[in-house]
Order: sequence, then C-alpha cells, then structure tokens
Amino acid sequence: VSKEDSSSGFDCRQAFAEELAALAQADARIVAVCNDSVGSSNLGAFRKAFPERLINVGIAEQNMVGVAAGLANGGFRPFVCAAAPFLTGRALEQIKADVVYSDFPVVLCGMSPGVAYGELGPTHHSIEDLAWTRAIGDLAVIVPADPEETRAAMQWALKAGRPCFMRIGRTKVPAVMPEGRGFELGRATVLREGADVTLVAIGTMVTRALAAAEQLAAEGIDARVINAASVHPLDEESILAAARETRGIVTVEEAMVRGGLGSAVAELVSQKMPTPMRIMGITDFAPTGNSSAIFEFFGLTPANIARRAQELVHAH
Amino acid sequence: MQMHEYAAAAPLVGDAAALALWRSRRERFDAVPADQRLSQLRSSAADIRRQILATIDRAGLGHIGGDFSVTDILVTLFEGVLNIDPASPCWEQRDRFILSKGHCAAALYSVLASCGFFPPRRLVDFAATMSPLNGHPNRRKIPGVETNTGPLGHGLPVGVGCATAARIAGQGWRTFVVLGDGELQEGSNWEAAMYAAQRGLGSLTAIVDRNRLQQGASTADTNDLEPLADKWAAFGWETCVIDGHSYEQLLAVLGKAPGERPRAVIANTIKGKGVSFMENGVEWHHKVPSAAQVEAAMQELTA
Repeated sequence: VSKEDSSSGFDCRQAFAEELAALAQADARIVAVCNDSVGSSNLGAFRKAFPERLINVGIAEQNMVGVAAGLANGGFRPFVCAAAPFLTGRALEQIKADVVYSDFPVVLCGMSPGVAYGELGPTHHSIEDLAWTRAIGDLAVIVPADPEETRAAMQWALKAGRPCFMRIGRTKVPAVMPEGRGFELGRATVLREGADVTLVAIGTMVTRALAAAEQLAAEGIDARVINAASVHPLDEESILAAARETRGIVTVEEAMVRGGLGSAVAELVSQKMPTPMRIMGITDFAPTGNSSAIFEFFGLTPANIARRAQELVHAH
Repeated sequence: MQMHEYAAAAPLVGDAAALALWRSRRERFDAVPADQRLSQLRSSAADIRRQILATIDRAGLGHIGGDFSVTDILVTLFEGVLNIDPASPCWEQRDRFILSKGHCAAALYSVLASCGFFPPRRLVDFAATMSPLNGHPNRRKIPGVETNTGPLGHGLPVGVGCATAARIAGQGWRTFVVLGDGELQEGSNWEAAMYAAQRGLGSLTAIVDRNRLQQGASTADTNDLEPLADKWAAFGWETCVIDGHSYEQLLAVLGKAPGERPRAVIANTIKGKGVSFMENGVEWHHKVPSAAQVEAAMQELTA
C-alpha cells in the first residue's frame, strides 16, 4: 500500500467506519458489502460487532454490486465498501442497471478515491468516477470534504433511501466544515465570503482552496470559497450567486477535469449565468508519486489555484 | 427535480379480474391430482404462447424464440411453485423471481398479467411509445418485476443478494433466477455462482433455459458452454438436467424443498417451442413473424 501522505489531518475512512458501526447499531437493516476489502475499508470492527451483516463476496465487484441490489430488494440497506476505482470502473453497468435504474437504496462508498493510492499508479486511481457516476440517471454523487461531513452524508443517505455514490477519502484532510452543518443533497457550503472571485472545490481540494484564498487575501483579492459537496445535483443557487456576484469561478477537484465538478458547474453557468471559469483537476493518467506529488504535478496547489483566480480577476 | 419523460408513464397496478382467475387456477392446481395439474399447465402455457405471439405481432418487435423456450418454465413457476400474492407485490415474505434474460420481457409480461399483477389488456402497450411495458422489464413501472434486467449476466448476482437477505433475516422465502444459456458466457454469473456456493444458499435456484442458441449462432459454435452441468457442479451447486418442456420434471425439481446448497436446473428447451417453423431456428431470436406466419403459428398454438 502507498506511503502515507505526510500532511496532517484525518483519514475519512476512520470516521466512515465508526459511523457505519454506530448506524448499524441503531438500524438492523444496515449491511456492509465488500470485495475482500475488510482491511482497506476499515470494516474489522463492523465484522466483529455484526458478523452476519458483513457480506464479503471476495474479489468480484460485479457480483458485489448485484448482491447489494438483491439485499436491498430483501429489505436491507447496503453500504457497499470498495476501493473507488474498482467499485465504479469494474461494476459500472451493475451500478447503472441494478442500483440506479432499478432504484434500490444502495449506498456505494468509493474508498480511497482520486489519487489516494499514489504510487500504486493509475490502475488504482479513481479520477474517472465522478464523470461516470454523474452520467447515470439521478444517482446522488457526493464528495464529503472532512470527517464530519462524511458522517453527515452517511446519515443523510440512510434517511434518503435512494441510490447514492459517495467518495470516502483516504488522503488526510483537516476539519473544514462548520460544526453542526450536517449534509443535504444539492446544498453547498460557503466557507468564506468574498466578492472578487469564487473558488468551488470538493473533497481534498477544499482545504487547498481555503489556503489559496488566504494567499489571495494577502494580495487584496477577496475570494469566496464554496465546498460543493453534492456534485449531483449541484447547489444551483449558490453557484449562480457566485457567477452573478463575483468575477469568475475556479473549480478544483481531485478528479479528471472532463466530466466532473468543473464540467457540472460549466454546464450550469454557461446556460444560466455565463461567467469566466478555470477548471482545475487531473488531466491525464498520473505519473508515479504520492498524492501530494501528484497534486503538485497537476498544479493542484494553493499557489497555483490563487494564480488561476488572479487570471480571472485581472482579465475581467 | 426535473421530471423526465420515461418517468412520466404511470406505473401499472393490479387487476382484480385477472387476479381472481389466477387464484382459482392456483386453488384448482393445489386441489387436483398430479395428471390434471399437468394438463392445467399445458393449457395455461398454450394461452401464454398465444398471448406472446399477439403481443409481439402488435408491437412489431420482441424475442419470440426465447419467449417460447422459457414459457413452460415461467408458467410452471407462477402457476404451481412460487409463493406470491399478486395483490401485494411487495409482500416481504414473497418468493423472489428474476428473469435474467430480460429480453424475453413479452413472455414475462404475459405471465405477470395472467396472474393479475396488471391488467392483461395493457399488453397491447408492449414497447409502445411512453408505455410502462418497456422492451426490458422495469420494476419501477411493473409490479411483479423484482429487478431491472436487460444487460446479460445481472440476474444471478441480484438473486444471490435476495437469497443472502433471506439468510440474514432468518426468513424462508426462496429465490428463483431464470438465465439464458448464451448469457452464461458473462463472467458475472460465475462470480455469483462461486459466492452462492460459498454461502450455502440453499434457498436459491438458478434455471438455465438451455435452448442452445444465442443471437447469432449456436452456443456450441460461439463459445461452447459444455460440459455445462459439470461446470455448475464444480462450482459447488446441486445440479440436475431436465426437459424444460416437461411440466412433470419442472414441477418435481422446482417444487422440491431447498437443500444445503444452491440448485442449478439445466432445462433443455427448444427455441421457438410450439411453432414448427420457428423451432430451433436461430433467425427467430428476434425476428418478427409476418401476418401469414402469425396466422399459421396461432393455429399451431390452438391445436
């Protein structure tokens, strides 16, 4: 397994594992379905507490997602826990037909998404997941930014009882969300008010966007920072307000730039409130390196985010 | 949220008259001696084949060869085996039935309508614009459909999930999945087969509609499945091979109480069964009969 990113903060998988066990304690319908991923999904404690409710199908992702749909048919509320690249890429048609089109309340939890697996390389990176999942029916696509938002999104998903795809981050992140904010689908959070330019980020990139805003403030540029969290559906109101009230939008995501958050924002503003944009993310298979090195390679650093924001401010 | 066109077609609801007829057939089936049961199934299957023919004729599309090969299996299940209540399609204790070969929707719809899951007169809407009766089954629109199938290799994993749910919940309901034989070329089936045996899912039965033909050629000339029974046995399943048009054999194996292991029933069938000029003809996978052919076929199915 990849060397840990040295940055400090929280591994959202830990919050995920604790929350899943807590939810399962209170709700007997919850089952965990995984693909030999008890360790990587932190399901050891869950298995100990609820051995009958941990369904480990082995290394067989298509079967894993189909089994989850069948468990939902049988009255259960499955949380499918598997490395994001294999969950989405290998079982995409099962996600489409068995879960979303069939409309079963399955929560698909993509563990260690983006480039969290660093040196293990592009086979193990999940940068396409947002483009793929965003294109399927009305599947809720959620990228929590910190441990509390991860917990809140899980609670929301259980209540909502609808198909969801949720990234569960492995790369350590600080707590960025205001306490008690919770999660609602289609609701973004403005983490910093600003009138000059807007930075819209998700997941690991939220903290980098906040750092970029600090740098911009030092140069007299007042940047708004939005944690989009709900990639589908988007919080249209917050995004359109940003388009109307600031000079442009920079989107930042740990995902392929074609089809992800930036595309979603562009689809919206280009039709309802055209505004200059910069779409930052990953543009191709990543070279070898840990996630920090890969972020650096693709320019996903606070300094570079600030630079792209300046382009928008100065050009308009 | 935006309301999309496909979502605008209202879901079908149960039909009291058809339901009453199904209940009386079911009660008679349970009451009469074995030989009369067989003749009842034969008569019902002839009705269903005629309904399929009329449905495909009207729609101008369908998969008539596979519909006819699977008809006797479906009729036996819905008239003599499944513990269901079409008046309450989401009854938690119901047996689950999944048609993995979802392209044979016209056969499934004809059977579901005959049970009263929805009004038989709605079959005229099969594959019509905005109809809830899509070319492949959609559980959001059609009561009695357990999961949406169409892409092959999807039904068995979902069935394994249903059977696992019964196990965890400590419930006695059973799960039956009908698979096409060509469909077994999809690897996902074997992932599911392996895991079902690992869990000892005795409540699960897979029925292979072994008509030996896939869309373009025989399975043997495409990607041979033999030795098929040995494959299921090697995957840890209790396996048997039957005549898929023998109601006696179908009833015997499908009605048998669950054992310790999942059960695979390889039902040898004839694609296009019941219409002489369609039988074993690869072209009848999804060919639509002409008016004259419909007339000739209807006569054969009425005889």
